[in-house]
Amino acid sequence: MTDTTGFGARATRVVTAPLRWIFEALDKPFQALQRLGGIGSMPWWFLLPNLLFFGGFVILPLFINFGYSLTGGTRLFLEDRTYTGTEQYAFLFDCGNYADPTSCREDRFWRGIYNTATFIFFQVSFLVLFSLVTALILNRKIRARGFFRAVFFFPVLLSPVVVALIWKWILLRDGLLNAALVGMGFDRILFFVSPEWAMFWAIFVSIWAHMGFYTLILLAGLQAIPPDLYEAAEMDGTSKERVFWRITLPLLWPNMLVVIVLALIKGVQVFDEVYVLTGGGPGTATQFIVQYIYNTGFTNQVQNFGLAAAASVVLGVVLFVLTLVQLAATRRRDGG
Amino acid sequence: MADATAQSRPGVLAMLTARRGRGKLHWTDVFSYIYLGLGVLLMFGPVIWLALSSFKTPAGLVEFPPTLLPLGQISVPVEGYDDPLLLFSVTTETGETRELAQIRRIGIVRQMVDPAAPDERIDVPIDAAEPIREFDMAWENYTDPLQRFDFTRYLWNSVVVTVVATAITLLINSMAAYGLAIYDFRGRNGIMLLVIGTLMIPITVILVPVYLVVTQMGLVNSLWAVILPGAATPTGVFLLRQYMLTIPRDLIEAARMDKASEWAIYWKVVMPLAMPALAVLAIFSVMWRWNDFLWPLIVLNRSEVYTLQVGLNAFQGELNVQWHYILAMTVVTLIPVVVVFAFLQRFITTGIAASGMK
Repeated sequence: MTDTTGFGARATRVVTAPLRWIFEALDKPFQALQRLGGIGSMPWWFLLPNLLFFGGFVILPLFINFGYSLTGGTRLFLEDRTYTGTEQYAFLFDCGNYADPTSCREDRFWRGIYNTATFIFFQVSFLVLFSLVTALILNRKIRARGFFRAVFFFPVLLSPVVVALIWKWILLRDGLLNAALVGMGFDRILFFVSPEWAMFWAIFVSIWAHMGFYTLILLAGLQAIPPDLYEAAEMDGTSKERVFWRITLPLLWPNMLVVIVLALIKGVQVFDEVYVLTGGGPGTATQFIVQYIYNTGFTNQVQNFGLAAAASVVLGVVLFVLTLVQLAATRRRDGG
Repeated sequence: MADATAQSRPGVLAMLTARRGRGKLHWTDVFSYIYLGLGVLLMFGPVIWLALSSFKTPAGLVEFPPTLLPLGQISVPVEGYDDPLLLFSVTTETGETRELAQIRRIGIVRQMVDPAAPDERIDVPIDAAEPIREFDMAWENYTDPLQRFDFTRYLWNSVVVTVVATAITLLINSMAAYGLAIYDFRGRNGIMLLVIGTLMIPITVILVPVYLVVTQMGLVNSLWAVILPGAATPTGVFLLRQYMLTIPRDLIEAARMDKASEWAIYWKVVMPLAMPALAVLAIFSVMWRWNDFLWPLIVLNRSEVYTLQVGLNAFQGELNVQWHYILAMTVVTLIPVVVVFAFLQRFITTGIAASGMK
């Protein structure tokens, strides 16, 4: 971040070049504002555009969302909708037995919740495990460390659509993986026809795509552990296993906590890659909460905005709790 | 003793067994290199397979088991025939192998001819001839979509969204960060809390109401519907503010002494100094916008306004999937990201490590 002469800085100058004339165009209006309101008013003028965007596209929608969830009908504009109270929520939560989605009136919602829970359980566990192992290995004195770090990191930057298509191409009926299976004497597997396999690949592909991000955070945490601790342990002749359990893991734990919670927050919102990879199928085997909201509000023939909004409020509550945990974890890590 | 044996090992073995410190080879050393080797295969392999496949012809793509490299059958010009003829390797009844060109196929018999002696026709049973192929890249997978589909339009839409959105994001986020970093004013903590608050509200939670806002503004099926909602990013404000806090206040005081306006201080003093942080935000913004999927999928319903990601998804969902075009377009879609990564990897990784965001 300190390199101001390299390629990155030059590229940035090219990117920001169109901004230059905007700055010059805004010079006069802002001078006028300063003359008018004095220096005390200036922070507000600087904040205004951003606050307008936050207000219009985040804060206001948040309140409208509650409004929607309390209304029924299929019209988009709020004034055309009828107030139904908590009917949408009652509909979502109308279940004979919460452990069994088929006993619920809105079974697709509950199936989405159970699929998401299954997905999160395996995805987060293995994501954290593999990120940790990768970070530990990349933190060793290995050759070409920069190269290996890049190898594990680059999928993070690929778009979900690209990630899904890369893997779909491998997993198709006549794809590379089935060719390998047949070559080794096994039968072909139709991965997108079997619910278990579809879920497995949804989890696998999302770990493949996101592992590098968490590895990077853990690697930064590992590099922050003071080296003299390791030197002292080596002088005492402590075994490597003991060093890991007694020094590395406890000192890395705050970072692990941040990684786990971040992975949970992302996991609850899983949609893009899996949607392109499996389309939620076979049947509803890989349909998650966000896809339920998307389908209910935007793709079904009857666009049920109220129900979609109610489901997003439920999702929002879950995310809110997780974010509070994340903030607490981050504060603990940074000693704030 | 362990040192002596390690040093006497030659070449590759010495490299593989090199390790931190002294002492004997630990099982973790072996494990590390096996893990890294498998990692390279698993992370790079699929992308390389995609790139290789994208150069195969439709016929080459449906082959099972697939060939590693894109191959095309060789054809040779033969005297007496207008078009070049396809070349086969033929096993004759006597067991010898000859290279023959096919004139035509009739049922289960191939009428063939020896390119060296074009007068004599030879009938060969269909299964005695193997096509002779060589490495051949089907560039038409790349050139056809540019003419036949709306692919160039999707590409253009994605570029417009990415550039315009990044410019707006840099401008308004840096202004907000400047306001929060440079001034002490009543309500600053409240605003900071608001920014943290918006950090907690991902788009997935407010899809319906944002769709309403965008519809009220009359923006559905316009690129502005994609550009505007995500322009103010709390992470961007944070990143820039933290960086601007490190700029010495004396510089700003000195500029004020020289009667510089606040706006001039912002863009002539603070912005140039905040370049590294702006670069990180710019890179992130480009990534976010180029890869954005769920929101464009919702607000862009007409194919003229599709971005690359939405367009690709629409193609792959069609009943008759044309994989040879999809694979090539996927490669085109990931090229900008790979280029950005290759040149700016250090910026990206330090940015993520410093801010914990993506």
